[in-house]
Amino acid sequence: MSVFSELLISALLLIGAAFMLVGSLGLARLADPLQRLHGPTKATTLGISAILVASMLYQYLGHGKLSFHEFLIVFFLFITAPISAHLLAKAYLHIRRVERD
Amino acid sequence: MIERILPHPVLAAVLVVVWIMLVNALTPGSVVMGIIVATVVSKLTSIYWPERAKIGRPLLVAEYLGVVLYDIVVSSLQVAYLVLFRNPHTLRSQFITVPLDARTPEAIVALAGTITLTPGTLSVDVSEDMRSLSVHCLDVADPAAAIGDIKQRYEQRLMRILT
Repeated sequence: MSVFSELLISALLLIGAAFMLVGSLGLARLADPLQRLHGPTKATTLGISAILVASMLYQYLGHGKLSFHEFLIVFFLFITAPISAHLLAKAYLHIRRVERD
Repeated sequence: MIERILPHPVLAAVLVVVWIMLVNALTPGSVVMGIIVATVVSKLTSIYWPERAKIGRPLLVAEYLGVVLYDIVVSSLQVAYLVLFRNPHTLRSQFITVPLDARTPEAIVALAGTITLTPGTLSVDVSEDMRSLSVHCLDVADPAAAIGDIKQRYEQRLMRILT
């Protein structure tokens, strides 16, 4: 594997890790439950995607194998992230309504 | 005849592709197995899909995916900035109500998913008559502009794709 591809893969891994860190920080730092949902739904999804792209490149550039598993994981994450966020938001609103009554 | 065996040809085709990717090898065996799985699965789940969604214009789909992918990157950077450098109590978080022009359930689901993945917005609920979406914004200065943005950027494209 050339130095360039190693650099590219390392950069993607670092970017991915940084986004996941920020997403988790958002979960801890933001003020109310609905704000907190914004961190994990966006930053973390992108972070995982970057790490998976790095894995795909490593398989391809390092071992000459074309791996599609990572692509599928990203695909399913992008489809399911909004659904879990939606359910959490609905549960929160429901609890708030019950508490107010 | 073909409708009886394959009620949703596009769904079946997607399933074949997903199967081949899962196996991670393009061999005659995996293609045959993929076709068998796709036929059985689309037959078994067809009761959950009473109507057939029409997906038209592959070029528009590609354009839409490009726009959404770009927005996901931008939105992640924005959220990262807000999380790291702003006091969370000064964020102007609020709910906005987006009136819907799209009528098909598929288009509304796709729109809600897109909103959740893109800049500072999170779709929370759809009204009972499916005429409006309730969206939570992380930090918004002008709610009317945010609504216009969503409608123009995503909804109009989706309505052209899913008719």
